[in-house]
Amino acid sequence: MFHIYCPHCAEHREEEEFHPKGQAHIARPMDPEACSDEEWGDYLFFRDNPRGIHHELWVHAVGCRKFFNITRNTVSYEILETYKVGEQPTITAESLSQDKKMTADGVTVADGGLQTEGESDSAVNTSKEAKV
Amino acid sequence: MQRYSGFGLAKHALSHHENWERQWRNPVPKKQYDVIIVGGGGHGLATAYYLAKNHGITNVAVVEKGWLGGGNTARNTTIVRSNYLWDESAALYEHAMKLWEGLSQDLNYNVMFSQRGVLNLGHTLQDMRDIQRRVNANRLNGIDGEVLDAQGVQDIVPIMDCSKNARYPVLGASWQPRAGVARHDAVAWGFARAADALGVDILQQTEVTGFKIRDGQVFGVHTNRGDIEAKTVGCVAAGNSSVLAKMAGFTLPLESHPLQALVSEPLKPVLDTVVMSNHVHGYISQTDKGDLVIGAGIDGYNGYGQRGSYATVEHTLQAIVEMFPIFSRVRMNRQWGGIVDTCPDACPILSKTPVKGLFFNCGWGTGGFKATPGSGHVFAASLAKGEMHPIAAPFSIDRFHTGALVDEHGAAGVAH
Repeated sequence: MFHIYCPHCAEHREEEEFHPKGQAHIARPMDPEACSDEEWGDYLFFRDNPRGIHHELWVHAVGCRKFFNITRNTVSYEILETYKVGEQPTITAESLSQDKKMTADGVTVADGGLQTEGESDSAVNTSKEAKV
Repeated sequence: MQRYSGFGLAKHALSHHENWERQWRNPVPKKQYDVIIVGGGGHGLATAYYLAKNHGITNVAVVEKGWLGGGNTARNTTIVRSNYLWDESAALYEHAMKLWEGLSQDLNYNVMFSQRGVLNLGHTLQDMRDIQRRVNANRLNGIDGEVLDAQGVQDIVPIMDCSKNARYPVLGASWQPRAGVARHDAVAWGFARAADALGVDILQQTEVTGFKIRDGQVFGVHTNRGDIEAKTVGCVAAGNSSVLAKMAGFTLPLESHPLQALVSEPLKPVLDTVVMSNHVHGYISQTDKGDLVIGAGIDGYNGYGQRGSYATVEHTLQAIVEMFPIFSRVRMNRQWGGIVDTCPDACPILSKTPVKGLFFNCGWGTGGFKATPGSGHVFAASLAKGEMHPIAAPFSIDRFHTGALVDEHGAAGVAH
C-alpha cells in the first residue's frame, strides 16, 4: 500500500484515493493531422516500461481530483518524489546513476522510502529526457 | 526418456521410488544452436518442444534466468478456456484448447487437465447482452458455449448467492463445459521433460544480458555464462519482455503490472467448476487439494516487484464474498503477485521485430496460461519457417501502427 504525497493537497494520503494513469511526460503531437501512422501509433501505444526509475501520471481521484506526477522505482516500488504537472522531475535514472546518493531533503514515507516534496531547491535538475 | 506408466510405478515401488531418473538434463551451454528461446516458462518450453517434435529442429537452447516455470507459470490461477469474442483470438485460444485435450498423452506427463467448465457471470442487462453476443460468436467459431439464466447457474453452483436480494444479483452466465483448469507446474515440467528427451538443452540460471546484432540480423545472445550463437532467437519473457526489447534497441507497446492471486486453506470439495465475474471482479476455483484459488484484476501501476497492494487483495475478496457468502470465514493461506505484460488491446504479441531473426512472443497479460500449448505450437511454426503462422499473424506488432487491433478488452469475459 502506497502512502502518497499529493502536491496539490500538500498532504499524505492512502493509495486508494489515487489512480495511476501511466507514463508521464508524453507530449501530444502538435499537429495530429500531420502525423504518420507510425508517429500516431507510437504516441498512443508505445511506452517505456522501464525496470527501475519510472515517471508516471497519477490522479487524486477521490481527493482534489487533480493530476500530478510521481517518480517511482518499479522494482522496489519506492516513491522518490511527487511533483505537479508542468514541473520536471529532480530525480531521473540518469541523475541516480551519476550520483547514487539520494537528496537529503524530503520526507520518509510509510514504507521507509524517501519522498521529496515537489521541486527541491538543493536538488539539481539533471533531467535530459523529460519533455513536458 | 523413461516413459511413465502404471507398470513403471509398480516397478519403482519395489525399489522404494529411489531410482527414478531425472526429468531433464542440466547441460553446459554449447557455443552454437539453431534456435535460442529466451525464457523457460510454459510458453518458452512449449515452443522448444514443438520445434523439436513438429519441425525436427532439436539443436535448441532454452535460456532461463531463474528456474523452470518459476515466473508466471507458477503464479497464475490455472484457468483454461477459449470463449473469446473475436475470430482472431478465438482461433488462437481454441487451437490451444484442442492441444490441451490431448496434452497429457502427448507429453506422457499428467498435466491434470480437468474440464470442469467455466462460468462467466452476468450481473446487469448489458452483461447479459454481451454474453449472448459472445456465446453466439463462439458457436459460429465452433467453440462450445451456452447462455444460462440465474436458475441454470444455481443448478451448477448451489453454494452461490443467486438470489434477487444480492447487491449485484446474478442474472445469468455464459457456460463453457470444455473449459477447466490444469496443474500449472506440471505443464512446465511436462514440456521440459519432453523437449529435453528430444535433445533440447534447458539452461537454467542463465540470464540474457544482451543480444548480438550485426547489420540488423541477430546472431546470438550474451549471457552470464558466456555468449551463445544462433541465427534465430525467440523471446518469451512475459513481464520482462520490455527489458529484452530495450536491449535489442526497440520498444514494445507493453506495460508490466503486478497481478495478484491467493489461495485459502484446504477445504472439503465445495466448488466443482470455475466461476468468473467481470462485473464484481473476481474469479475462483477449487483445486484437487481443496484450496480455493482466487484472483482478480491487476494493480493499476507499473511494477516489476512480483507483489502488489493490499487494497487490490481486499477488493478481490469483497467480490468473492459477494458471490459466495459461505466463504466469508475462510482463511487465506498464501498471497503472491506475478508480473504480467499487458497490451493496450488485451491481446498478445506474436511477431517478427525490427531485428531480423529475432521474434517476440509476449503481451499475454492476465491470460497467458490457457494459451500455453497453442502459443508454443504456432510460435514454433513461425520460428521454423521464418514467417508467422496464420493463427499468429493477426497478432503482429504492426497492428499498433496500422490500427488493426484485436480489441478483446472487457469484451470476452476477461476479468481485467
